[in-house]
Amino acid sequence: MLLRAALFFLCMLSLPLRAEEVVLGLSQDKVAITATFDGSEILIFGAVKREAPIQSEPPLQVVIAVSGPSGPVTVRRKERKLGIWVNTESVDVDAAPSFYAVATSAPFSEVLSNVEDQRHKVSIPRAIRSVGAPMTVSNAQSFSEAVIRIRKSEGLYQMLEGAVRFDEQTLFRTSISMPANLTEGDYPMRIFLTRSGKVVSTFETVIDVNKVGLERVLYDLSRQKPLLYGLLSLAIAIAAGWGASAAFTLLRRG
Amino acid sequence: MQIYLPIAEVSVNAFLLLGMGGMVGILSGMFGVGGGFLMTPLLFFIGIPPAVAVATEANQIVASSFSGVLAHLRRKTVDLRMGTVLLTGGLVGAAFGVVIFNHLKSLGQVDLLVKLCYVVFLGVIGSLMFVESLNALRKSRNNVPPSRKKHNWIHGLPFKMRFRVSGLYISVIPPLIVGVFVGILSAIMGVGGGFIMVPAMIYLLGMPTKVVVGTSLFQIIFVTAFTTLLHATTNYTVDIALAVLLLIGGVIGAQIGTRLGTYLKAEQLRILLALLVILVCAKLALDLLIQPTELFSIGASEGH
Repeated sequence: MLLRAALFFLCMLSLPLRAEEVVLGLSQDKVAITATFDGSEILIFGAVKREAPIQSEPPLQVVIAVSGPSGPVTVRRKERKLGIWVNTESVDVDAAPSFYAVATSAPFSEVLSNVEDQRHKVSIPRAIRSVGAPMTVSNAQSFSEAVIRIRKSEGLYQMLEGAVRFDEQTLFRTSISMPANLTEGDYPMRIFLTRSGKVVSTFETVIDVNKVGLERVLYDLSRQKPLLYGLLSLAIAIAAGWGASAAFTLLRRG
Repeated sequence: MQIYLPIAEVSVNAFLLLGMGGMVGILSGMFGVGGGFLMTPLLFFIGIPPAVAVATEANQIVASSFSGVLAHLRRKTVDLRMGTVLLTGGLVGAAFGVVIFNHLKSLGQVDLLVKLCYVVFLGVIGSLMFVESLNALRKSRNNVPPSRKKHNWIHGLPFKMRFRVSGLYISVIPPLIVGVFVGILSAIMGVGGGFIMVPAMIYLLGMPTKVVVGTSLFQIIFVTAFTTLLHATTNYTVDIALAVLLLIGGVIGAQIGTRLGTYLKAEQLRILLALLVILVCAKLALDLLIQPTELFSIGASEGH
């Protein structure tokens, strides 16, 4: 209810502020995962459309956030019990994006205030939603920090401060590299124009990440006709086993 | 060459997978083990999700065991009758094992149990085999003829059956029990169970080593085929692309391994297998004992 009210208020506020708008171009709005997919680099470029002359102070900044499909994850912590390391506590994180990249035109703290970050959930810690930590778990914060740490090291979460080039307060561009380990789905992309930490304009679009070709066929078959898929994998296994055996017998005779 | 796996949703090097399949295949052909106890941890290590690794590994074992069994069939070193008895027990055991597994899963800590299972069984079997085969090797060096198998309590049991290939005339009860036991363990540990089956056949049933390998492979085919279908239909975790890459290496390796095995003496073969088992056991034990660099791990939500 509160959120809705806040949104309404925001809309009302943003009407006169619509002076500066984003016009966006993408090198590709679809990512096709083929059998030899090895990651993808997406070039994001655009311009700021405005009717009034450029207001140079405070400077306009750009924040771009690309997010993968979100899903719940369970985070476990190991502890030493009776001399061996075992999983003891676990926290369910309600929604953590499988991929998340933020690119900014200046250090993050300068382009977006804490309040605005909280409202739009832009920074990586804000993009992860966790409410249900059990009371028995002490230091629940460390669990969502662990998600960020682990996924950052896998290149799935990226904080690219200053990676957006912003010329003449009008033209901006950046590139975001998506790793090979992508999951399928809609990747919403948000672009914020900010001035002294306040969001003055937002723009949203979606990048479509999809398996194609053989990947698509196999994936669909495994979900829609699992028995057939299972039998097919067994048939391949048996055929390969027989084939190798026959080939080696021929080799020995020949 | 990077390959994107459709079910695992990760991108891996195709040659790495071929190589891994080949190496494990050689071991499989030599020792009559499916190789799952080696391959599954290896797949975890290169970043395949555990559920996909376990399910796909089962499919790959079908291929390498089938390839191996054909080589053994030609040399008439498969006791089909014994294999069928073991298999009957094995399928019953696997069904039990799944029930036990799901019960433990509801209690949590199933990860730890699987690892402890590995450490305990690999450790016990590995060291027993090592000591025994070392003794056997020493005896054969001193040219003492191997002592004739003594009659023990096993020979007093009813329902006797003649296993001509193995040269045994024993009750079907011990092989059935061995089958059930291995079935349970393989369902819990997610492997074919060859590394338990092979020593059990040698030491408990007194089967000749040459027959043991082929017979073990024979029953592994069916147990793992059953597991593959179960995983494919319930969890959708069999990755056909991953399986194909692994099994191309695997079947070729199995053929080479079977031939390598004929050059080695039975005792040497057993010592090597024992060392391998002890090595894997030590690695897993160390993982439990040494403080991991990352204390946290991310898993799929179980949805309470």
